[in-house]
This record gives sequence, C-alpha cells and structure tokens, in this order.
Amino acid sequence: FFQYCLSGHPTLPCNILKFKSTTIMLDCGLDMTSTLNFLPLPLVQSPRLSNLPSWSLKDGNAYLDKELKECSGHVFVDSVPEFCLPETELIDMSTVDVILISNYHCMMALPYITEHTGFTGTVYATEPTLQIGRLLMEELVNFIERVPKAQSASLWKNKDVQRLLPSPLKDAVEVSTWRRCYSMQEVNSALSKIQLVGYSQKIELFGAVQVTPLSSGYALGSSNWVIQSHYEKVSYVSGSSLLTTHPQPMDQASLKNSDVLLLTGLTQIPTANPDGMVGEFCSNLALTVRNGGNVLVPCYPSGVIYDLLECLYQYIDSAGLSNVPFYFISPVANSSLEFSQIFAEWLCHNKQTKVYLPEPPFPHAELIQTNKLKHYPSIHGDFSNDFRQPCVVFTGHPSLRFGDVVHFLELWGKSSLNTVIFTEPDFSYLDALAPYQPLAMKCIYCPIDTRLNFIQVSKLLKEVQPLHVVCPEQYTQPPPTQSHRMDLMIDCQPPAMSYRRAEVLALPFKRRYEKIEIMPELADSLVPMEIKPGISLATVSAVLHTKDNKHVLQPPPRSTQPTSGKKRKRVSDDIPDCKVLKPLLSGSIPVEQFVQTLEKHGFSDIKVEDTAKGHIVLLQEAETLIQIEEDSTHIICDNDEMLRVRLRDLVLKFLQKF
Amino acid sequence: MGSHGGTVVKNSAANPEFGSSNLPAAPWKPHGGAGQDVGRSCILVSVAGKNVMLDCGMHMGFNDDRRFPDFSYITQNGRLTDFLDCVIISHFHLDHCGALPYFSEMVGYDGPIYMTPPTQAICPILLEDYRKIAVDKKGEANFFTSQMIKDCMKKVVAVHLHQTVQVDDELEIKAYYAGHVLGAAMFQIKVGSESVVYTGDYNMTPDRHLGAAWIDRCRPNLLITESTYATTIRDSKRCRERDFLKKVHETVERGGKVLIPVFALGRAQELCILLETFWERMNLKAPIYFSTGLTEKANHYYKLFITWTNQKIRKTFVQRNMFEFKHIKAFDRAFADNPGPMLEVKMQVEYMSFSAHADAKGIMQLIGQAEPEHVLLVHGEAKKMEFLKQKIEQEFRVNCYMPANGETVTLPTSPSIPVGISLGLLKREMAQGMLPDAKRPRLLQGTLIMKDSNFRLVSSEQALKELGLAEHQLRFTCRVHLHDARKEQETVMRVYSHLKSILKDHCVQHLPDGSVTVESILIQAAAHSEDPGTKVLLVSWTYQDEELGSYLTSLLKKGLPQAPS
Repeated sequence: FFQYCLSGHPTLPCNILKFKSTTIMLDCGLDMTSTLNFLPLPLVQSPRLSNLPSWSLKDGNAYLDKELKECSGHVFVDSVPEFCLPETELIDMSTVDVILISNYHCMMALPYITEHTGFTGTVYATEPTLQIGRLLMEELVNFIERVPKAQSASLWKNKDVQRLLPSPLKDAVEVSTWRRCYSMQEVNSALSKIQLVGYSQKIELFGAVQVTPLSSGYALGSSNWVIQSHYEKVSYVSGSSLLTTHPQPMDQASLKNSDVLLLTGLTQIPTANPDGMVGEFCSNLALTVRNGGNVLVPCYPSGVIYDLLECLYQYIDSAGLSNVPFYFISPVANSSLEFSQIFAEWLCHNKQTKVYLPEPPFPHAELIQTNKLKHYPSIHGDFSNDFRQPCVVFTGHPSLRFGDVVHFLELWGKSSLNTVIFTEPDFSYLDALAPYQPLAMKCIYCPIDTRLNFIQVSKLLKEVQPLHVVCPEQYTQPPPTQSHRMDLMIDCQPPAMSYRRAEVLALPFKRRYEKIEIMPELADSLVPMEIKPGISLATVSAVLHTKDNKHVLQPPPRSTQPTSGKKRKRVSDDIPDCKVLKPLLSGSIPVEQFVQTLEKHGFSDIKVEDTAKGHIVLLQEAETLIQIEEDSTHIICDNDEMLRVRLRDLVLKFLQKF
Repeated sequence: MGSHGGTVVKNSAANPEFGSSNLPAAPWKPHGGAGQDVGRSCILVSVAGKNVMLDCGMHMGFNDDRRFPDFSYITQNGRLTDFLDCVIISHFHLDHCGALPYFSEMVGYDGPIYMTPPTQAICPILLEDYRKIAVDKKGEANFFTSQMIKDCMKKVVAVHLHQTVQVDDELEIKAYYAGHVLGAAMFQIKVGSESVVYTGDYNMTPDRHLGAAWIDRCRPNLLITESTYATTIRDSKRCRERDFLKKVHETVERGGKVLIPVFALGRAQELCILLETFWERMNLKAPIYFSTGLTEKANHYYKLFITWTNQKIRKTFVQRNMFEFKHIKAFDRAFADNPGPMLEVKMQVEYMSFSAHADAKGIMQLIGQAEPEHVLLVHGEAKKMEFLKQKIEQEFRVNCYMPANGETVTLPTSPSIPVGISLGLLKREMAQGMLPDAKRPRLLQGTLIMKDSNFRLVSSEQALKELGLAEHQLRFTCRVHLHDARKEQETVMRVYSHLKSILKDHCVQHLPDGSVTVESILIQAAAHSEDPGTKVLLVSWTYQDEELGSYLTSLLKKGLPQAPS
C-alpha cells in the first residue's frame, strides 16, 4: 500500500495508489499557474505588448533578449504558454491500471498521461465530468491555437540561466518538464479512454478491488472515490463542498469506516465566505454599471458561472440592471449552457424537482430567452455587431494569459470607470494582472471557492472517523502569509500524514484478512463444534484455488486408488508428504479416566507415578512409559507400531483437534 | 406493450431455493391454465428472504376490479409494508405502473418505490391522465384520486443507471439501460451472492431516439425476461419505416389527411423524429400536428432527459435538440371545429407496429450478455413462449420456466459461503501452492471460527491463541534396535547417509551434537545397556509429523544397508 505523489498542487492533485495488486491514479490535475510567467496572447495585435522592452542579464549577454520581456518591473517569458505537468518519472505509467477522475478541473493533464507515457488502462469519470471536462479542454486548445505564436522559448530554462533570473521565474519548479498545450486530436483520443460511471456504482477491478464514485457536492458530476477490498478501505476526498449550490449534495455517510482518508482539494481561500463574496460581486457589478462603466468577469465556462448567473437572474430587476446586456464569450459558451440543463440527475434536489415539471433546472434559460444574456463563441463575428456598452462580460481564461479576456483588459484597462471582478480562486489576481500594469481599471477580488474549509473538514473527520488522514503538506501548517492562524490547518488525531510532489508514502495499513469462498459441498462436510457459548469451530482441510484474485476452497479429492500392480513401485511413492500436517491438539488428559480406559482396552500391570508436573503411566509388560502433563503427553515405547497406534488413539480421545 | 399477471421468485437462506409465482387478477382465473395474457405486469420475487415487487401494472382491457392485480395474494393478513422490502417500477407505461396509487394508497404500502428519474417524472402525468379518463369521462367510482397519486409519488426514490442502491444492509438493486421508452430500465436484485435480473420491457436495437438495452455479464441465478415477440424475428425496421413514410406521403400528395393514433409518450416521439427528418429531406410543406396536452409536455421531458436517449441525439443536441420540431406543431382545437375537409368520413385504415420490444433474436442476445443460470419468461403468449423456451434451453443449456398467473416457480440455489481468511494462512498456502512440482493438490489446513455471523478461517495456532487455549503436545519416542557393533557416531553416520539417499525431497541433517534430524523429527543413537553389538535408535516426533515419524520407524526397522567398507 503505497502512494506516489505526482503533483504538488493541493487543488490540482495527481496521486498514484498501489492498493493490493492494482495501481490506481487518482486525478490528473494540470498546474496552470505556470502560465503566469508568460506574456498574454492578444487576440488583436496589441502595440503595448509588442513594444515591451526586452530583459537581459546584467553581464550584458543579450541572448535572452528575444525570450524575456519586462513590464512594470516584472519579467515575462515571451513564448507560447506552458503548463506544469504531473511528475512522470516517479513511476512507470504503463503499470497504471486505471485513472479515477474526481471533477472536471482535475483532469486537465489527462492527454499528457494517456497519449505520451505508455498508459494503456481505463479512465473512469461521470458523464458531466467528461462532457464539461471536454468543454474546458476544447476552450483551452481553442484559446491557444487561434493565436499562433512562432516562438517557443527554452534558453531561459537552462538551470544556470534560470537561477540568475528575477523572482518568480527564478523559483519556478520543474521548468524542464513544462509542456505546451495539447491538440484537439490528443484531447479526443484521451477522452475516448473514459468509461462513464454513475454515483454509487460499484466497479470491480480485477476481482481484487472495488471502486465507487460518490457525490462530492462541488461541481456537476464531481465525485469522491472509495477504493476498497473486503477488508481495506481508502476514501479519496477531492474537491468537496457542503454548501448548497447547484450540484447534488455531498455523500458523507459512505466515507465512514475508512482505514485511510486521502484529503485534497480544500478551499484555496479559507478566509473568504462564498456567500459574502457573491454579495460583493453583485453590488460591485451594479455600482460600476450604474456609473456607466463595463464589468469584466474572467471565468471558466462552467461551474461558478451558473451560480453567478442565477444570482444575477434574481438581482438584476431589483438593481435596475434590466437593460444592461450580459455577454458570455467562450468557444464553448453555448455548449456549456445547454449541457447544464440536461444533467438533472446530478443536480441538487430543488433543481431536480424543476425538471419534473418540466422546466429547465437553471434560470439562465430564461435570461437567454429574454435576451438579457447573450453568448458568443468569440469577440469576432456576431458579437462585434451586437456589442453595446456599458455591459457585463463573462469570459476566459482566468489566468488572463489567453482567451478573449486579454482583449477586454487591453480595451477597458485604461479607464477607471470599468471594473474587473475576479471570482475564480485558481490564480493570484495580482500575478494575473502583472503584465497589464499600469492599469486604471478598478480591480475587485471576490474569490468564490465553495470547497471545504478547515472548520468543515474537522466536522467531516469527526463524522466519518477515518483511522488515518493523508493530505498535501500545505494543509498541515497555516498558510505562509497567515502563519499565526493555527485554525487554518488540519487538526486531527493521529496527526495527518503529509506528502509533497515526487514523494512516495507507505500507507499505514494493517491487512489481516482476505475474502475466500467455501464451496457449498465443502461447507456441507464441515462439522462445527461449540467451544464456548456462541463460538463454534470447525477444522477445515481443503484445496485452495486462486483465479482472477478470487480465492475458493474446494473439498479435498477422494484418496486416490492404489496404482495398479503392473506399474513399478518406487520407494519414493511411499514417502509421506511432510507438508501435510496433522491438526493441532488441545485439552488435557485426566489420569484416572485414562488409566480406566487403558484397562478397558486390555492393558494390565499399569503403574502410575506422580511427578512434579504431572504423572507417569507405566505399562511394565510393554516396556512403555507415558508422561502426562497439563499441556503435553509423551509416549515412549519400543518399535511396536500396533501398540503405538493403539495408545495414540486412546490419548486422542481425550483431546480436541484444531 | 403486452404483459401479464405476475411471477414470484422466492428464496430463503435457511432453505435455499428460488420460487416464482404469478399474481392473478382479482377474480380472474388464468385461461386454460396457460396464464400468459397481455395486459398487466406485477411480479413478486423472493431472494434469500427478501421480498421485492417488480412493477405494479394495470390491465387496460378491464373497467372493473380485474384491472388491478390481487394484492391479497401477496399476504393474506398482515401489512404489505411489513412483507415487501421494496417495489421497483421498470418504466412509465401504465401496464407496468398503473396500479401503483391503488396499491400504495388504497391497499396500503409505505415502503420505498424505486424508479429512474424519467419514469419518476412522467409516471404521475400518465396516472393523472388515466385517472381523468376513468373518473371524469367514464364516471367510475372507487378510483384513486389526484392526491393519492401525489402521495404515492412521495414514496418514490430515484435510481440512476448503474448506481448500486442499498435498500437495506443485505438487499441491493441496480438499474441497467433498457431502451423501450425514455427512462426504461432493467433491474438487478441482489442479496449476498444470489441475484435476479428483471428486464421489464426492453429493446436490443437502437431506434431513432433511444439506445439499445445493455447489461454486463452479471451471471444472475435467474433472468426474468419479457417475451412479447417471442417468435418474431422482425423484418428490418427500415422497411417498415419506408412503408410508413410512403403511405403518409401518398396520402398527403393526393390532398388527404393522415391520422396516426399513437401513445403520447414513446412512439410519438419516435414517429415525430421520423416524420420531421422525412419532411426536411423531401422539403414537404404539409403541416404535422400533434394533439395538445400530453405530447407537447412530453417533448419537454425528452429535451431535459436527453442523456437517456441514443448516442446520436446526445451528441448533436447542442447544435440541434431533436425534440424541438420545426414542422410539427401543437394542434389547435379550432381546426377541428371548422366545417370542411377536416371531417372526412371515408377513411383508409392501415395498421403498422412500431412498438419497441426485443424480438426473439434480441432476447437470446440479452441472455448471452447476462449469462443467467435460469431463465423465466413472462409477458407473452403461451404458445410462442413455449417455442422460445425450447430454443433457450437448447442454445444456452439453462433451465427455462414460463409460469402461469398465480403459479409459483421455486429454484434451488447453493450459494458458496464467504469467509475471511487470515492473511498469514493464505500467504503461506499461496507460497507453497506456487511450487512447481505440486504433483498432488495441496491441502489447506485451518480452523473456521464462527461467531454470530462472522466467519473467519485462521491457522490452527491462531485459533488456539484467540480462544485462549493452550496447545497439547503429543510426542512419541520409539526405540529402534539395530545390530551394529560400531561406535555410536559411526552408526549415526550410517543412518544419516541412508536416510539422505532415500528421502531426497526432505531436509535431512546431521547436527553437531551427534543427532540426525529429518524435518522436525529427531533421531539419536545410544548403546544398548546389555548387548554391545546392538545400538538403540531413539526416534522422536510430535503428532503433527505422525505420518513421517511412522514411516521412519518402519524404514529403520528394516536395518541399514551394508557399509561399503
């Protein structure tokens, strides 16, 4: 039972679990914070970005000129943005049997793993995870491919060069493994390896292990996973939420009785209350629009945006925003809005009830119908004709390095009337904005992260009571910026085991039992005897068959017929197999009764002597001596097999066999 | 949409056996004992002591008591809630769910009722529609009310495809996709290692809006399958569709009207898609109407439950939702009141079947997928079922049953007993089982400890330890006399080489203290107290080594081979 930790990002995990005879990858998160080191990809030629000064090392060596640009004191790589992949050297990926995906944000590295590492297994995910995950990948590929960039910088990655660069480039980890985005072809191939599963579906892996996805309450189709055999249970909790938003509530009960609970994907902003953030989001949005400014909301095309649109649906009329256009711009905007309406089974109870009426579960259907919300694949095409200001624009990517958001920042950045509101918690908003400085636009930070906070975690752990908790090291100490907040860490007994990228953990399992099946014919032949009240025993002598990791006990074969006389008998045929052991014995021998039994069976001239620990029974005529003590009997006799066997059987009558 | 009485499948843990019997309609007796009629599905299954009712259909052909199953058959006295562990509804057709409010609210049942979300959504609408026709239009009394439908639906628990629903600690159910109509499901009912699969109505070939039924190789003890089209191998659907479109087209071309009486949900959508695509391809302009009410509402359900339709519709729904029809509009009643060509008297009547049931080929296919031990046919006509029964028994070599209404079929099962084996014992056995020269099957020795329902197989040593019992060691020491005048050490050497040469597969050792061991058997030599030409070998072993010890003494008794010197 080992855990290989391939990602250091606590909310974009990638772990491999060796559980019994199976190798299971848990999530396949892609760390996209690496893109913050790159210059944005503008959709429309941006004179500002293309005229940024080059940055070079102080020694006057100019070879980095083409790769590095400076903006307001920060240095950026001028290149196709690259992502930080999970560790692929720690373990041979071709040995991975299955990959379990917990939610659509945690599968973005899938094409790198399934297409380029020798992986040949199956990926399990729920239908919404697959469909929305596909949309996220499609959007990502589209954002990057539609702005072709000739340059792919690599000189700066040289270790000797990198350590001379300013922060944060200097401190970037594993830069040599950073990769460019995959292609749509790779996405399709990777997703074709996914097998769809439903909540509480029991999936058998090689007969040895059963995996089950459970609702985690965080996103459409998001799941926690239980990985168990008959006697061991690991719960993998990743990206869970106890708040009531649109997804089905979290299933906590099924996580009980775990030997190990692997805890990842907690909230990234433990100090922010999501409800308060939504309120701030709405009021800032209204304020800006009323003053004639535009609002830009950098976001993913699925997830929190559904909740924001629902809040706005209730809010816009009362806030007098009925005539303000809301735009949702993404190559997958339409698909995302449509898909959200057909996953009734994965939604919270209130939304499910709507479908039974039948009405669309999300009110954004009505916003679209009434023309309050319009969606476009990109700023090109229809959008430029319809575009009216002031307006509210939802668009990606939240990293502000690619996608239509880059255009809006360049367009609106110079006016303090406009506001950019950050709701996605994945990227530091200051880092995200760095290549746009100086910026006149107002910036509001309202991160909405519905995942578990530390108070909820401690309640959850009390509820499900795992024997051991394993988590990323970040959760075992307070955040570096708030080192005094001892409440912002996991507190449990025994203390959580922590892991970091590229580490291998031995999981604390004490495996003692395995399931085996006793075939009915054998079961019929067993003779149970009651040893203590309520406890019965039966000695079992059976043949073990093991196939596909399943163990079965069958009755022993009937003793084989003696071989026919023609066949030459070899000496070795008579030698007994020393590995067939007789059962163990227990009990004690009452001397008086034993002597009586001997007499009854024709022994005479019996003499009994007392010793320190018991008795010696002497059969003088047979020159035989039987030492009887509490826990042992020793028969010492001449080589008279008949006699010995008779005595043996008389002794056995007084003992129990095990 | 045929169906018939009910079937009971019983199984008790104490006396492991399956039973099956058909629930008869109230005063109605099976005709000629055949009992396989068309009209109502209601089956009672007992698996290892758990009682499950499969479907709760009503008979469309009756207007009196006979339309509902006779639930007093299940339990004479005593509440249904106490007897039944759960009720499962396979799909929303009334011959599978029409008696549900009667059953739960009028007879009285408060336990869980399981169905898929589309069934849960559509079922109450059909029940209400049916109630309206029976009560408001036909004026029937003693019928369930709207409130009863609502109360009944509150007892429903939604089951998602492939989700394992734990009804209680022992009973679990799992739904599989069945095609047939939106939300139709097959159900696996499982208790321990024993299971039954009930197909409901299903379709093994995908159609224009639904996918094909699918089940994994779950090897149930019993498969209960519908057999509506038991002997039919239906002609290609394309031909039937072409025929249908041709007839419609011809009628419209010559200025006529076409009336297609069809059930609002299910086939209506299939035909709408068929007509819609045809209209588009042929660029036809004639209006297509569907009667308002149910069908329009139904199309909304299809749009929202698109994940339950077939691959193609699911894939393209973002570009175009197949249930948003361009040519098909809701019918306005004002049209009907218009005098004129609308009230055509001379009408041609054509009959065409588009019903989505598995045909004989499909049924065989499903049996092949699930690999059941026994098959039970329901929902068909006796003669046709008999033919199919023979075919199934021939091809799959499994027993096939076709019970009459009210008849019980009992199937014995012999479940294996799962126990926990201690890892130490298992590993020891597996390691030795791996030996290449395992000529005879290895025997595993252990002790089964049974405490309440907890069964554990452990090594004998562990069993003793756990019970706090001491081992009683039984040891034998035999004196073997050998004629040998040499020194004891030399005798021992001779014994050692002799045993070494014979017992090649055993561990024979000559220890520094002058003794010889064979495995754990100890052999020592001593001088004879009286005869210097005789040596005494003391062979000592415990009861566990009984066979080897016994063998050694008889071997040594034969004496040693002459020394080569």
